[in-house]
Amino acid sequence: MNGAEMTRRRLMLLAPLAVVAAGGAAFWAMLQRMEQGRFDPHDIGNPMLGKKMPQFDLPAVPPSQGFSSSELLLAAQDNPVFLNFFASWCIPCASEAESLESLSKQGVQIWGIAYKDQTDKTRAFLDQYGNPYARIAADTTGNTFINFGLYGVPENFLIDRAGRIVWHVAGPLSDEMIEHQVMPAIAKARG
Amino acid sequence: MIPELGNFALALACALALAQAIIGIWGAHRRDIRLMAATPGLAIGQLLALAAAAASLVWASVVNDFSVINVAENSAIAKPLLYKISGTWGNHEGSILLWGLILGICGGMVSVFGRNLPTALRARVLGVLGGTSAGFLLFCLTTSNPFFRAWPAPPDGHGMNPLLQDPGLAFHPPVLYMGYVGFAVPFAFAVAALLEGRIDAAWGRWVRPWALVSWCFLTCGIAMGSWWAYYELGWGGYWFWDPVENASLMPWLTGTALVHSAIVVEKRESLKIWTVLLAIGTFSLSLSGTFLVRSGILNSVHAFANDPARGIFILALLGLVIGGSLLLFALRAPLLRSGGIFAPVSREGALVLNNIFLCSICAVVIAGTMCPPFADLLLGEKISVGAPFFNLTVLPLAIPVFVAMAVGPLLPWKRGRLWPLVEHAWWAAVLAAIVAGSCALGMKILPALAFGAATWLILGSFAEVVERTLLFRAPVANSVRRARGLPVAVLGAAIAHAGMGVTIAGIAGMSLASNKIVEAKPGQTFSVGGYEWTLLTLESVQGPNYSARVAAIEITQNGRPIALVRPSRRTFPLQQQTTSDVAIRTNLMRDLYAVLGEERDGSAVLRLHVNPLAPWIWLGALVMASGGALSLADRRLRVGAPSRSRAAVPA
Repeated sequence: MNGAEMTRRRLMLLAPLAVVAAGGAAFWAMLQRMEQGRFDPHDIGNPMLGKKMPQFDLPAVPPSQGFSSSELLLAAQDNPVFLNFFASWCIPCASEAESLESLSKQGVQIWGIAYKDQTDKTRAFLDQYGNPYARIAADTTGNTFINFGLYGVPENFLIDRAGRIVWHVAGPLSDEMIEHQVMPAIAKARG
Repeated sequence: MIPELGNFALALACALALAQAIIGIWGAHRRDIRLMAATPGLAIGQLLALAAAAASLVWASVVNDFSVINVAENSAIAKPLLYKISGTWGNHEGSILLWGLILGICGGMVSVFGRNLPTALRARVLGVLGGTSAGFLLFCLTTSNPFFRAWPAPPDGHGMNPLLQDPGLAFHPPVLYMGYVGFAVPFAFAVAALLEGRIDAAWGRWVRPWALVSWCFLTCGIAMGSWWAYYELGWGGYWFWDPVENASLMPWLTGTALVHSAIVVEKRESLKIWTVLLAIGTFSLSLSGTFLVRSGILNSVHAFANDPARGIFILALLGLVIGGSLLLFALRAPLLRSGGIFAPVSREGALVLNNIFLCSICAVVIAGTMCPPFADLLLGEKISVGAPFFNLTVLPLAIPVFVAMAVGPLLPWKRGRLWPLVEHAWWAAVLAAIVAGSCALGMKILPALAFGAATWLILGSFAEVVERTLLFRAPVANSVRRARGLPVAVLGAAIAHAGMGVTIAGIAGMSLASNKIVEAKPGQTFSVGGYEWTLLTLESVQGPNYSARVAAIEITQNGRPIALVRPSRRTFPLQQQTTSDVAIRTNLMRDLYAVLGEERDGSAVLRLHVNPLAPWIWLGALVMASGGALSLADRRLRVGAPSRSRAAVPA
């Protein structure tokens, strides 16, 4: 066996290691991003991402006064609006309450839409888990839920000055997501 | 107190495993007889310590010690005793302990049954096993410790997922893990051979029984999982191409290839590098399969508590074991010399063909399983890969395997001709064609071809036996005498190959299944698959830790009563979970399968299936595994030519 042939043989036998190393690096990247909330293999995405938010006009959850898409657009002129779909009967919604609270403390305005919920139960939920919302409306029919392309609650959206959905997550918000995704997205939207 | 002893035993086992690794590999490197002689004792000590740890956890679960977090989270006072025991390995922490215990058993077995191995090889094998074991026990101790305590102890536990409270599933993980972890032994042999820098025929002979045992367990484990999905989940299917199922199929495919390529090493002293790579690859796939599933990267119906931080530890460990062995492979494999020349038409040629196709199937399964997370990572696209992809890609690759595996054993070593195949197996081919042809009259083309393939496999596999015993050509007494003299391994191979045919027949039968979903009031009758199903009553029943609604359904055919089945729907109040208890009545040729769904306004949703030949799927796997087990009984494998090997590899 000559030298060139031996080199070729060595390279060929190095191939399995190279494949495994590439795979391992990819898995490492996935795990890192999962921890930061930037990668979620279970995430199903949202068809509205990057598009203008759908129009709506929703009734109030007293004593808050309800809101429409044009009011939200007006509020988004100054600062991007964080829109949260929730329900009192949804357990993951309770688990994201603390993260929403800390997001609101960081000066982000959060608008909430209670999906298929009863007013008194929504109020009790807010009393128990805190109320981080600037405005709350009730989507009793579920039409807005469908127009936004939701799969379930909670889902979170970030709406920019032009009324576009610039960020979305299907599922509860986490502190890691706020740090690695929401705040950068807000900074970008303010541009 | 007992859980603390368990924790101590676990730590002790980890320390012993580390000692076993260092002393085994260093001792063999220094050729120090005393160090090398110490390794079997360490391996047995490690096994005893692990057995003590596992026993402590079972004890804590049986006496309802809810101060142990693991027991509190997975057990409850009202849980039946069998599930208190099996529940210890039905959760993440406990299953890692079971994993370690089985690895310990492998080390112990090598110590006990490996007496005729060269001392240096045995020390290295045990050293590699010890090193692997130490890593996983450290993982168990630090991030997945089943003995952690909670204070104050809760009065009752959370209970176990009701779906897992099933006798079949109680023994599914141990059997499956015996398969997964068993491949650690061929892996250790491969790494030891790389360290030693030599592989000979004797090495192939030693590796083969270990690979075969693991393969038998893995076959049974996969079949049990599939069977459980069939009767417990109540979806009417048996294989869903779910990532967890695929994770068990991948090492099975490469393990099957390994069992065959090791024969070539033994008989012809070639395919050495390839066999070493297969041994490393099979165990690597076992490891990646069991552990990546728990990291949450793969999207699966099998939910383990996902913890990315735990995932990083696992990944580092996998990198060490898999990356380390492949690095060693890249450095040392170029030095291994293969002997012998290959003729395309020969036994070894057929085995190479088998290896190429099995590994291609494995590659396809890997690609399909890994595509979604990789597409998400690299392209940011959400895709899912399901049954249509796998059916379309696996089937064309499997057909050549089916055609070749029946008659491959008829080919002689070194150089063969195709004509003798025709001469000896023509009758199987003719009968298969007749079966396929007559099936094609009554059904679609694909199931008809599958029945033909099954016939071909079952009959063709025995062509060698028929040939060797001169069956139908010599007097019966003469044939029986010849059959007695037949090597057991020949019979084992024929049975294992025929088992595959039985499974294919079952799969083909299932593709002809008929089912109907109906909303039924008591007294109503429905016709499904040629049977009349009458819902008689709906009633409530109280179980030990659940309450149930039970439907009584009478099945008749042409007015003749066939069976009375009682599917039920169980509600477990502790877990707030509802499960369907499927009713199955089988006569081995078809399953009558009834599921009770939701009830509304006095009527119930019923799912009624008639599944032809369904039991054959798992029966075939059992036949395959028993064929493998029979081969193990072959004297040639057990004796393992000790004298020759001692001369070949001086300790």
